[in-house]
Amino acid sequence: MENPEQLIRKGVNHGRLKAGFVKGFLGGLTWGVVLVALLIFGKICWDGAPTLLKPEFPYLDIGFLTKETETLHVFDDSAGTRHSMPASEYHAWIGNNGTEAVFNEQTYAYSGGGIAGPIIGTALLTGLSIVIALFFGVAAAIYLSEYAKQGRFINLVRLAILNLAGVPSIVFGLFGFAVFVLAAPVLTGDPADRTLFSIPLGFTYLSFQGWNSSLIAGSATLACMILPVIITASEESLRAVPQGFREASLALGATRWHTIRKCVLPFALPGILTSSVLSLARAAGETAPIMFTAAVAAKELPWANPAVMLQNQVQALPYHIYTLAARIPTSEYTQRAQYGSVFVFLMMIFLFSAVSMILRHRVRSKLKW
Amino acid sequence: MVNGSTTTPPAIAIDGLRFNYGAKQVLHDIGLEILPREITAFIGPSGCGKSTLLRCFNRINDRIPGAKVTGGAIRIAGIDIARPDLDIQMLRRRVGMVFQKWNPFPKSIYNNVAYGLRIHGEKDSKTLDERVEYCLRRVALWDDVKDRLKASAFGLSGGQQQRLCIARTIATKPDIILMDEPCSALDPLSTLKVEELLLELKREYTIVIVTHNLAQASRCSDKTAFFYLGKLIEHGQTHKMFSNPSVRQTEEYVSGAFG
Repeated sequence: MENPEQLIRKGVNHGRLKAGFVKGFLGGLTWGVVLVALLIFGKICWDGAPTLLKPEFPYLDIGFLTKETETLHVFDDSAGTRHSMPASEYHAWIGNNGTEAVFNEQTYAYSGGGIAGPIIGTALLTGLSIVIALFFGVAAAIYLSEYAKQGRFINLVRLAILNLAGVPSIVFGLFGFAVFVLAAPVLTGDPADRTLFSIPLGFTYLSFQGWNSSLIAGSATLACMILPVIITASEESLRAVPQGFREASLALGATRWHTIRKCVLPFALPGILTSSVLSLARAAGETAPIMFTAAVAAKELPWANPAVMLQNQVQALPYHIYTLAARIPTSEYTQRAQYGSVFVFLMMIFLFSAVSMILRHRVRSKLKW
Repeated sequence: MVNGSTTTPPAIAIDGLRFNYGAKQVLHDIGLEILPREITAFIGPSGCGKSTLLRCFNRINDRIPGAKVTGGAIRIAGIDIARPDLDIQMLRRRVGMVFQKWNPFPKSIYNNVAYGLRIHGEKDSKTLDERVEYCLRRVALWDDVKDRLKASAFGLSGGQQQRLCIARTIATKPDIILMDEPCSALDPLSTLKVEELLLELKREYTIVIVTHNLAQASRCSDKTAFFYLGKLIEHGQTHKMFSNPSVRQTEEYVSGAFG
């Protein structure tokens, strides 16, 4: 080698300085983002946790989770002590002490009691929408990856589905309102006046009058919203299953459908589960799609009348939070319900994700290739 | 063709077969007869169409877009397999296939072998147990795995996995076994075991094997067919093909001059 001394650097190490600067810059940005996220979570936990958690056994305010939403009454009694109690307690108190004993009364809607209604409503909406979306989404994914003739047209269809995932949720809300609430077909003996048209079936009518604002209409709307993600992710995971499994199964004399059922779908399950988790969290969190199609601020628990549960409106956590934050005047007395709801909501999403992640891990550890 | 004195009908008769991938013709007028209970080796350089031909025999090529037989016919036991009323599941059950890359399902060893039986409606667990044991014994895997039949097939070595795939194939009682370079990814010792297995299986099955390993073809096949650029160049007794081929291209290929 000629001039081996070239290998020895002379003077300041500029390269190292530059590398250090780049690393510091990128790292600073990353940790900045993490800090902001921590601040948001910290604020919610700081304000919300005291509502739900208790210092003494059972360390959890069960009532907040299991009681229905009530109006909060705040007043002074004759001795000048300030009381704040939900409507049911308030009426009992009035019964004992009479209305004369109440001074400076203020009421805050939806701020007393618990949030059982919104929790149950959100669980129902999310669960139902996932079931609908998985049924249609997995079916479409199987068609696209296993049956459809691959070509430009199918690629165009794929692109359209992918783009649907980027459509704002309020658009889905309006779509759901126009289609499911106002125009979806129902069987009824007595078509409503607003029906688009009704087809007489002899014993009854098939009337295109919509499902009204209801649990089923909201779930269908949410399902439409998460469908693109489910289809795309399911198709990806179906295509990730090695071709060798399909060929081996077909070569043993299995039919195409049998091969899909036994040799493709089970091995694509972890991927489909992952997409469901993401969709679950998104469906649970969206307010816009359910605003016009399902959600209502106050309602008895859905199983007050199980027979028509699907046709009834429900409360929902994101809508409840919106109501508390935007539609009633905020004060120190509404904070408990507001941040408590947000905190419970966050915990619910964490729980969903954790359970699904464990599930996915268990399925995946069984299937490796 | 060569063994003219025998009266046994061929297991597979190929007559003027032409085959296309889209507009590209990959097989040109192939004519060949494969006799039962013999091992026929297909040799030739990569891309010469030998795997394509093999994959025509159980019509697994059907699933490849654009793949199409454009002329001629393949008859298996006298039946034209292009007939519209052919039961394709039954064809594949009778004509088994072992692939180049061993591909057991991510299931237990037992379920891998039982898969084909279950497809064809076998539910009785005693029959399944017996058949699984029989097949695993045939491929000399039983003693290695009898204590862990419920364990994943992926815990086996490459050679064991390939033998498991062969067991899976013979479980459905085929008459013909097609093997697409079954040893190309195996070490020499595992290759030897698979070759011993072939000689053992040949007493019951007609075997067609595609191989790049000329030594393997000369060691274990009865007949050899040499393909080049989508044409069948020469077909005959293996020892004659390797010692005294009648076509110059065959001689060059088997002596290592090209390929």
